[in-house]
Amino acid sequence: MTPNDRKYTRDHEWVMVEGNVAKMGITAHAAEALGDIVYVELPAVGDETVIGESYCVVESVKASSSVFSAVTGTVVEVNEELDAAPEKLNEDAFENFIAAVEFTEINEDELMDAEEYDKFCAEEE
Amino acid sequence: MRSEYKLIFERSHEGRRAYDLPKCDAPDATDRIPESMRAAEPLRLPELGEVDLVRHFTNLSRRNFGVDNGFYPLGSCTMKYNPKINEELAPMFEDVHPLLAPEMAQGCLALMADMEHMLCEICGMDAFTLQPAAGAHGELTGLMHIRAYHEHRGDLERKVIIVPDAAHGTNPASAAMAGFKVKEIKSAPDGGVDLDALRAAVGPDTAGLMLTNPSTLGLFERNIKEIAKIVHEAGGLLYYDGANLNAIMGIVRPGDMGFDVMHINLHKTFSTPHGGGGPGSGPVGVKSHLIPFMPVPRIEQKDGLLTLNYDKPDSIGKIKSFYGNFGVIAKAYCYIRSLGAAGLKEASENAVLNANYIMNKLRGVYEIPHDRTCMHECVVTPGELMNYGVNTSDIAKALIDRGYHPPTIYFPLIVHEAMMIEPTESESRETLDEFIEAMKDIAEQVKVDAAAIHAAPVTTPVGRPDEVTAARKPIVKYEPETV
Amino acid sequence: MRSYVPNTEKERMEMLADIGMSSMDELFKDIPADLKLDRPLDLPEPMSEMELRDLIRGFVYMNEEGGPLFRGAGAYRHYIPSVIPQLVMRSEFYTAYTPYQAEMSQGMLQSLFEYQTVICRLTGLDAANASVYDGATAAAEAMLMLRDNKRKKKILYSAALNPDVITVMHTYGHCAGLELVEIPVTDKGVSDIEAIRSNMEGAAGYIGANPNYYGNLEPMDEIAEAVHAANGLLVAYVNPITLGVIKRPADYGADIAIGDGQPLGIPLSFGGPYVGFMAATKKLMRNLPGRIAGETRDAEGNRVFVLTLQAREQHIRREMASSNICSNQMLCAIMASMYCCVMGPNGMREVAEQNIAKAHLLADKLTRIEGVKLRWPETPFFNEFVIDVDNAAEISKALENYSITGGLVLKDGGMLWCATETNSVDEFDFVCDIIQDTIDSMGGDE
Repeated sequence: MTPNDRKYTRDHEWVMVEGNVAKMGITAHAAEALGDIVYVELPAVGDETVIGESYCVVESVKASSSVFSAVTGTVVEVNEELDAAPEKLNEDAFENFIAAVEFTEINEDELMDAEEYDKFCAEEE
Repeated sequence: MRSEYKLIFERSHEGRRAYDLPKCDAPDATDRIPESMRAAEPLRLPELGEVDLVRHFTNLSRRNFGVDNGFYPLGSCTMKYNPKINEELAPMFEDVHPLLAPEMAQGCLALMADMEHMLCEICGMDAFTLQPAAGAHGELTGLMHIRAYHEHRGDLERKVIIVPDAAHGTNPASAAMAGFKVKEIKSAPDGGVDLDALRAAVGPDTAGLMLTNPSTLGLFERNIKEIAKIVHEAGGLLYYDGANLNAIMGIVRPGDMGFDVMHINLHKTFSTPHGGGGPGSGPVGVKSHLIPFMPVPRIEQKDGLLTLNYDKPDSIGKIKSFYGNFGVIAKAYCYIRSLGAAGLKEASENAVLNANYIMNKLRGVYEIPHDRTCMHECVVTPGELMNYGVNTSDIAKALIDRGYHPPTIYFPLIVHEAMMIEPTESESRETLDEFIEAMKDIAEQVKVDAAAIHAAPVTTPVGRPDEVTAARKPIVKYEPETV
Repeated sequence: MRSYVPNTEKERMEMLADIGMSSMDELFKDIPADLKLDRPLDLPEPMSEMELRDLIRGFVYMNEEGGPLFRGAGAYRHYIPSVIPQLVMRSEFYTAYTPYQAEMSQGMLQSLFEYQTVICRLTGLDAANASVYDGATAAAEAMLMLRDNKRKKKILYSAALNPDVITVMHTYGHCAGLELVEIPVTDKGVSDIEAIRSNMEGAAGYIGANPNYYGNLEPMDEIAEAVHAANGLLVAYVNPITLGVIKRPADYGADIAIGDGQPLGIPLSFGGPYVGFMAATKKLMRNLPGRIAGETRDAEGNRVFVLTLQAREQHIRREMASSNICSNQMLCAIMASMYCCVMGPNGMREVAEQNIAKAHLLADKLTRIEGVKLRWPETPFFNEFVIDVDNAAEISKALENYSITGGLVLKDGGMLWCATETNSVDEFDFVCDIIQDTIDSMGGDE
């Protein structure tokens, strides 16, 4: 289930690195925990992100949740589709990124691979 | 029972009118305003005859539920009875313009000065401002005092407000709006402030602590003296969220507990109606060391006249036009003058008695996560009823079908599936007994027919709304062409 | 003693016994004994209804009001159709709390949805919230909208906004760490567009009034152009009673429209409760603070109204929320909505026309008095205008002796006059006579 092609944070975000650009999103586990996602407050292209700091807010009817960045850098692309169709994160969280960031810093040691992340989720339950 | 109800825009017929103005005795001067500044089109507003307009709103009101309709145990909101005499008397000031010369508005000023004085006595504070328009507005105003106090002393590093995790959402939101950073501390297992966590949280950056006492669990904070000591010794100030003041009138005062600044919700404790969401009123009380920072104008006596003094160089400024929600303040004033000291104490005692009575009778049917003598409200959960696949929201909807406004649900956040029940002193024993029976009846029905609980409410004009679609594709105004 | 507690002493004791207690004091055993108040509160004796009525009447008689009023400056006497006070006294509305339980609060929620629609139609904008406290706090909240949307802390505002509004903006702005830049007033009595242009760099937007504090109508088209040219947002602070005749904020491209709804059927009440309205373009909808009613369906497909977009609000976002507002002014919002529905398009136009007619006639009559001058004779105004006259304070006093509240005496010695549909031409003539006499007598003293 959890794709092997990317890394994961302890805050249930995924990050997929290609060269110096990191695509980031939230995991299916996070989307399920939030329930029906009704709005994604996207960052803007050009925004700076910092490792461990919020760059996006995801809203359900009765909750809002910050999404934290796995990298430090500059947003180069955002997934505008989520503006009109936030439910895409519920439908397939791994297929729908939130933002792509050209990064200057990434803390690989803090990130988990799919297997480690699944184990982390199981322990959290 | 189900029925849609037309919007007033859907009742419009061109040419009908409900308005009536005298013939204008001055010559038309509209053309003295350049055409480029005038609107090209008439406003798109409904046109109805008066009787249809009256029926529209009258029937809309019948699709609503207030304290006058029935029991409304909405925790933290103190839905007590709103005395009718107050509704009749407050409008006697309706035609007073706020910018009259003070000599012409001595009655309004005298009422306000008297009100400030009485609130000081009830709360054990040294001065009150009536300017804030609501509880959250009072919180913001009070926090501005804390900020100004530290700034004035040159103590510029105090940027953190500590807030317990059980606090009302307005507390951290107000602190952030006042420019503070928020540090949340976990509650102790008994629901009170965790003293060790508080000791660890305070420091040279502490501006203050916001506290509700009784807490949002409806429990009195027994360690309040120690809490005050910890915060004051660290150089911070204590903010009292007055949302739960109805538990303690005439019994214990925030000022005596060590609080430096506080707000009151007149629309809770002092019986002014909440108007379906406002207007409220959120007076702020302070100890003497914060008086210089109070909002202007201050009402002062000068040469036998009450005046409005704007000359307060250290004031935080103004937080609202004019002097506060005077119409609301006047109703609360009537309430306090009606009851006097004994009546206020009687109200608090009976509010606490009623809450304990309910809690006691629900024990064993619902779970009581913090089972000790409560104050004016109690927090219960469905407990084992959850095993039948129902949650707090379902129980709330089932209560609607039994003729009650549900308690506050899913708050405080630290209690899973919380139901916060605040009966207030207004309710008779039979009302409480009937409510208790309804709660028990729901618990029984959950066990035999959970599906029926999921279908609730069935007696209301509409069923449970699809809130997800409402939020994903917001429709926030009537637009026939897009429907 | 007056009491609203229904249970008798006997019933209370039985209830106490039921929970295993023998006295009220036992209920409060968690409160440390040394903190408890050891005396009764020192408050006046309780009162019966009859006594209370006399007491309040006493306060009413201490006021000297009720005569002709020529003062606005942020609060206006307009005629309030009797259906409004009658309908808002439906206690299903006024004794309810915020409509958290939609199924039993459709009346309030639909009324709010209608109010929001009315505000959208008055302003021409796409979305409105369910109200904030008043016009001044609406302006303060609008600053935060600008900051959040543009992520800039510099905000321009017009010096011709109501001074109370400016003070409240500064109080909030100080806490939010905003850089507030005041745009001066020109010798035409309106905001200086050149100053807007030269200060817009790095600013999130501009907040200006139309009509402004001095009653003058501003060149909003040009202001909008100046603000938008610098990629800023325009906030128009408007008096809603003007909108039956005067251009609506959307007509000149305002991104946000705010103001105080008091002129729409809400009594003066010595300054409150009033209602602050806020409307915005679709793009800015989610930056609006506070409650918003929305339309949705139930499982059977019936139209249902709910509080929506709640995840923006304090009870969910806590310290991350842009605003802390919780209670607002819903009942006043409904009054404003009712007013607009009673008046309809023609009534709103007619009341605006009457205000314009009366104010201009009053200005004409006043300026016929020697020594009285309109300060900005070439600038269009709505129902307020500034005159310059020597001895404004004495004139004001002389009018008060006849129970007339004249124009507000400004700090610079001018007088800000207001005339609405509630003033009559007979009153104008009487006022002019008193002013003439006062000027003559002052002259006689010299």
